[in-house]
Amino acid sequence: MGLTMQSSTKDALLNTLCIEKKEESDLVVALAGNPNVGKSTVFNALTGMHQHTGNWTGKTVSLATGYAKSETRGFCLVDLPGCYSLAAHSQEEEVARDFILSGRADAVIVVCDSTCLERNLILALQILRLTGNVVLCVNLLDEAKKKQIEIDLEKLETILGIPVVGTEARRGKGLSALLDAVQKIKAAPPTNQWKLAQNGGTSEDDIAKEIVLTAEKISREVKKAPLESAWTRDRKVDRILTSKTFGFPIMFLLVMGIFWLTIVGANYPSQLLSKLLFSLEEPLLQFLDFLPPFANEMLVYGAYRVTAWVVSVMLPPMAIFFPLFTILEDLGYLPRVAFNLDKCFKKCRACGKQALTMCMGFGCNAAGVVGCRIIDSPRERLIAILTNTFVPCNGRFPTLVAVITMFFAGGAGALISAAGLAGFIVLGVLVTLLVSYLLSRTVLKGVPSSFTLELPPYRRPQIGSVIVRSVFDRTIFVLGRALVSAAPAGLLIWIFANVNVGGATLLSICTNFLDPFASLLGLDGVILMAFILGLPANEIVLPIIVMAYVSGGRLTEISDLVHLRTLLVANGWTWVTATCTMLFSLLHWPCATTLLTIRKETGSMRWTVAAFLIPTIVGCVVCFLFATISKLFI
Amino acid sequence: MQLSALAIGERGRVKSVNADGSIRRRLFDIGVIEGTEVMCLGRSPLGDPAAYLIRGAVIALREEDAGTILIEREG
Repeated sequence: MGLTMQSSTKDALLNTLCIEKKEESDLVVALAGNPNVGKSTVFNALTGMHQHTGNWTGKTVSLATGYAKSETRGFCLVDLPGCYSLAAHSQEEEVARDFILSGRADAVIVVCDSTCLERNLILALQILRLTGNVVLCVNLLDEAKKKQIEIDLEKLETILGIPVVGTEARRGKGLSALLDAVQKIKAAPPTNQWKLAQNGGTSEDDIAKEIVLTAEKISREVKKAPLESAWTRDRKVDRILTSKTFGFPIMFLLVMGIFWLTIVGANYPSQLLSKLLFSLEEPLLQFLDFLPPFANEMLVYGAYRVTAWVVSVMLPPMAIFFPLFTILEDLGYLPRVAFNLDKCFKKCRACGKQALTMCMGFGCNAAGVVGCRIIDSPRERLIAILTNTFVPCNGRFPTLVAVITMFFAGGAGALISAAGLAGFIVLGVLVTLLVSYLLSRTVLKGVPSSFTLELPPYRRPQIGSVIVRSVFDRTIFVLGRALVSAAPAGLLIWIFANVNVGGATLLSICTNFLDPFASLLGLDGVILMAFILGLPANEIVLPIIVMAYVSGGRLTEISDLVHLRTLLVANGWTWVTATCTMLFSLLHWPCATTLLTIRKETGSMRWTVAAFLIPTIVGCVVCFLFATISKLFI
Repeated sequence: MQLSALAIGERGRVKSVNADGSIRRRLFDIGVIEGTEVMCLGRSPLGDPAAYLIRGAVIALREEDAGTILIEREG
C-alpha cells in the first residue's frame, strides 16, 4: 500500500469492483494471506503491469485486480488485503471474508511464508472451512533455505487434500505451477474435509483454538527446522535498532541520511532540468506566435513557466526520496519505528501504528491517510488521519530545503539543510503527538485500544523492482499532478499580475488585502496568498511567491538560490519571515488531494472540515506566537 | 505469572488467556492459546511494548495486553 497513481485518485474510490473476463474461460482467482508473506510479490509477478484498483461494494477498502495468462488460460486475479484471520475485526478482514464467501472467485490462492508456516496455516484452515477450492502457495522458500527450514510439500498436500505449490516469487519460481494448480482444481474440485461440518454448540473461541492446534499438528508433521534461538541475525539487528542507547539516534540518523542523499542527489538533475525546460521557452513563444501577445505570454510565462519550475524542482527529489524510502520499507524497518515510538502514542491515547502512517505521509499525505487503514480502532484511525498533515510531504520538502539553504545554511550546505529538515520533522512529530493527545481528550475521547504489531523478518529489498515501481509510478503521478495544478495556477497568477484594475494589479489588491492578517503571523500578503493558491498542490507555493514578487509578473529563471535570496530579502524577508514560512508550510491545511482522500476514507464532511481547520489553527497560533515573541526580543 | 513479567531471553508456556474483546480473538488468531510456547525477545527503548516469539513470528504486545496472558516460566 503506498502512493501510486491509482490509490490516490478520486476515481479509485468510485470504481466498484468489476472483474472483467477477457474470455469466458477465464478463471477468477483471489489471493489471500497474512501480511508480509510476499503476497504482493506473487500478485505483481503474475500480473505484471496489468493491474487496477477498485472498491468492493459498499466498503472503502480498495482491491487490486490484475490479469495473468498461462499457456492455456487467462486468470483474473483479485488481491485481497493481508489479514491474520477472517474473524472480521477490521474492514479489511471483513472484505476478505465477504469476497471469499461471495463465491465470485473460482479459486483462492493462500500465500504462506514458509519460515512461519504454522501461523500462516491458521488463516489457510479458516479459509478451507469456507471453501474447498484452495491452492496453498508456500512462498519465500529461499528464506526458508537460509534458515535451514525444510518443508515436505508433498506430505502437506496429502494432509490438506489440496494442491500445494512451493514458490520463490521474488525469483519468479513456481508461478506457472501455481496457475496450473488452479486449473487442476477447477477441473477436479478436491473433496474438502475441513469444511464447516458440525457447528452445533461449539463457540467461536473453541473453533479458533481448535484451528490453532490443528495448524500446530500439521506443521509439526511437515516442517523440519533447527531449534529457535534468540540469537539469529534478525534478533541481533533488532537488539541494536530497538535498544535504549541506539534505537532513537539510529532512527534520527537514518531520516537525516535519506534527506541528505535526496538533497545532494537532486541538485544536479534539478539544474539540468531547469536549464532544459527554460531553454524551451523561446521556441514555445515562437510556436504560439499566431496567438495575441497577451494569450501567448500568459501561456508561456504563466502556465508553462510555473509548471517547468515545479517539475525541475520537485521531480528530482521525489525520484530519489521514494526509492530510498521504499527500500527502507521493503527491508522491514518501519515496524521497528512503530515499535520504538508506541509508548509515546499510547500516552496520547493513540496507536503506535500511527508512526507507520506518518512515515507514509512523508511521501505523500494522501497516501499516509490511505495507510491509516492499518489502524483497527476507528477512533485512533481518525486521530491518525487528522494529524497526518503535520508530516511534511514530498511537495513541501523542496520548499523547506530551499528556505533553510537560503537563510540558515550558509556555507555548510547540504549537511546543515538535512539536519534542519530533520529537525523540522521532529517538530512535526511533536506537534502530532500533542494534537493527538488533545484530540483524544476532547472530541475523540477514548482509551487506547489493544494492538498486536508484527516485526517481520528483514528481507533484502529487490532494488530493481523498487526503482521501477517508485520512479515510474510516482514520477508519472507527480508529472500528472504538476500539469493539472501548476499550469492553471501559473495562468491565474500571470493574469492577476498583469491585469490592472484602478491603477493596481489584481495581484497587489489581493496581497494588500491579506497583508495585515499575514503580518500578524510573521508572513506577508504574498506568502499567504501563495499558500491559499497552493491548495491543489504544495509544490507551487514557492514559485507563486517568487512570481508575485518579480515585477512585471514573470517568474525569472531562478535555479540559483543566491538570486532567489536576494529577491526575497528585497521584498522584506528576514530570518523571522523565513522561519514563519517554514512553520506555516509544516502546519497548514492539507492539500486538495489529501482532503479528498480524507473525505473518502472518513465518509464524513464534518471530519474533512476538521482536517482542514485543525492544522490551520495550529499553524496560525504557532506562527503568531513566534512572530510576536521575536518582535519583542529583537 | 504474567507474560509481561517475562525477562528478555526467557521462555514460558501459556496457561490461560484472560483478555476479552477483540484482543482476545486477535491473540488466538496469531496462535496464543493454552499450551503455546512463548519467548521474550526484547523491549522497546521506552520500555513498552515488548517483542515476543510466538510460533515462529515476532509479535509486539503492550504491557497491559501481555499482562492478561498467564504463563508458566520454563527453563
